[in-house]
Amino acid sequence: MSKSIITVVGRDQVGIIARVCTYLAANGVNILDISQTIVDGFFNMMMITDTSAATKEFLVLSDELEALGKEIGVIIKLQREDIFNKMQRI
Amino acid sequence: MININEVIETNAMIEKENLDVRTITLGISLLDCISDDINELNENIYNKITSVAQNLVKTGHEIEREFAIPIVNKRISVTPIAIIGASACKSEKDFVSIAKTLDRAAKKCGVNFLGGFSALPAKGMTKSEELLIKSIPEALCVTDNICASVNLGSTKTGINMDAVALMGKIVKQTAEMTKDRDSIGCAKLVVFCNAPDDNPFMAGAFHGVTETDNVINVGVSGPGVIKHALSEVEGADFGTLCECIKKTAFKITRLGQLVAQEASRRLDIPFGIVDLSLAPTPAIGDSIAEILEGIGLERVGAPGTTAALALLNDNVKKGGIMASSYVGGLSGAFIPVSEDQGMIDAVKVGSLTIEKLEAMTCVCSVGLDMIAIPGSTNEYTIAGIIADEMAIGMINQKTTAVRVIPVIGKEVGEEASFGGLLGYAPIMSVNNFSCEAFIKRGGRIPAPVHSFKN
Repeated sequence: MSKSIITVVGRDQVGIIARVCTYLAANGVNILDISQTIVDGFFNMMMITDTSAATKEFLVLSDELEALGKEIGVIIKLQREDIFNKMQRI
Repeated sequence: MININEVIETNAMIEKENLDVRTITLGISLLDCISDDINELNENIYNKITSVAQNLVKTGHEIEREFAIPIVNKRISVTPIAIIGASACKSEKDFVSIAKTLDRAAKKCGVNFLGGFSALPAKGMTKSEELLIKSIPEALCVTDNICASVNLGSTKTGINMDAVALMGKIVKQTAEMTKDRDSIGCAKLVVFCNAPDDNPFMAGAFHGVTETDNVINVGVSGPGVIKHALSEVEGADFGTLCECIKKTAFKITRLGQLVAQEASRRLDIPFGIVDLSLAPTPAIGDSIAEILEGIGLERVGAPGTTAALALLNDNVKKGGIMASSYVGGLSGAFIPVSEDQGMIDAVKVGSLTIEKLEAMTCVCSVGLDMIAIPGSTNEYTIAGIIADEMAIGMINQKTTAVRVIPVIGKEVGEEASFGGLLGYAPIMSVNNFSCEAFIKRGGRIPAPVHSFKN
């Protein structure tokens, strides 16, 4: 399994999760966990995903998610999970 | 499993607090390039560097994007050229030709600096080392991306005062040769005491002869992250303050460890060390001076500055050492003046002087760094500044360095501008009482006693 973290930050609006999930489903990315919170009035969502069966290269997914974010009006980032595990766990 | 608050914290460090990996530095041994023919040597060097480092920049970019962490610099360090050129170089011109070859190789690989135009005359100076040192002014003038360094002493050998005197002259000549660009050549030239073999940071990076063929060393940064963390323990006692620095340094260093391991795996080159240094940039909020001010000083340079820096440096190490499997290089807090807006401001308002900076170098990782001094400062005074700093390193068993820039044509009250990460600096006043007779004595300062530490 190759776990990656997707974060979405921006103003809350109808359909953000739906659009991101539709994109992920179309590209073979499995969602393992979703959580969300509001920080400083901004909508923050995190998805833990498995990209090992993805139909596209990691950096292509990253670019397309970023572009999708621009379309919706939020910031979407795709990062490998290791950065968080390394920094936040001993 | 990672939770959303942890993800938000990590990304805030990157996006709002300037957390980055300062450099991936690929160390390359040039020992197998040695030839007694200068043309063949130059060809061997170019071919070796451009083949070993061909994927360095590309791989750096990939890691940057996959983890969404900026990796500011991708750099190369090589075996000290005074060793590599010893057989082929019969003149200063021959060494300049190697500098040009290194510059071409650096540009071909897409790195912004290549370090290792270096000599290590800590005890005695070979003919080759002398030629290399004398070629430094021209070499730094005719190249863009080459950094030079000279190790002038160590705790084990004492200080080579002949080499110190020579470097006073060389720094001045380098300044003269690049006077049309605020003497920028001197920003690429550093002298050391106790120079480490595995330092990834410029201008002092070289690939020491104790190293393996090729190695990946990583330098982390993150003054902004520490500063932000300290804002949450304002007014707390020293125990709480130190805990906060340690925890934050741990997280910053883990990032360096991750990037180093990834780069090592992808390039199939062994991982060397993570350098724990806190390296500032001219960006607002990415400043060591501001951390010290956050600890409780009105301005850096005020009484208490040395103590505050000592605790910062020590706790960065304590937190960082556990976070990485191998720690090395310079590891500590850097206090360059031109690359740190808080330092620049402190000089401008008269809080920070060269003498206080010298005291600070006793307890931090390196030395007098990126300090612009009047262009009229003579070579003996520069050598005297260097000798003082070397003495601090020798006696205290630590690395110390000097990178001063006598800005030709400028005096106290004016500014020198170097551009990019090198920043800009107000010209600082220097004590001009003469040390000429001291420097002219010649010879070596013997190695110090290792007991009676009083």
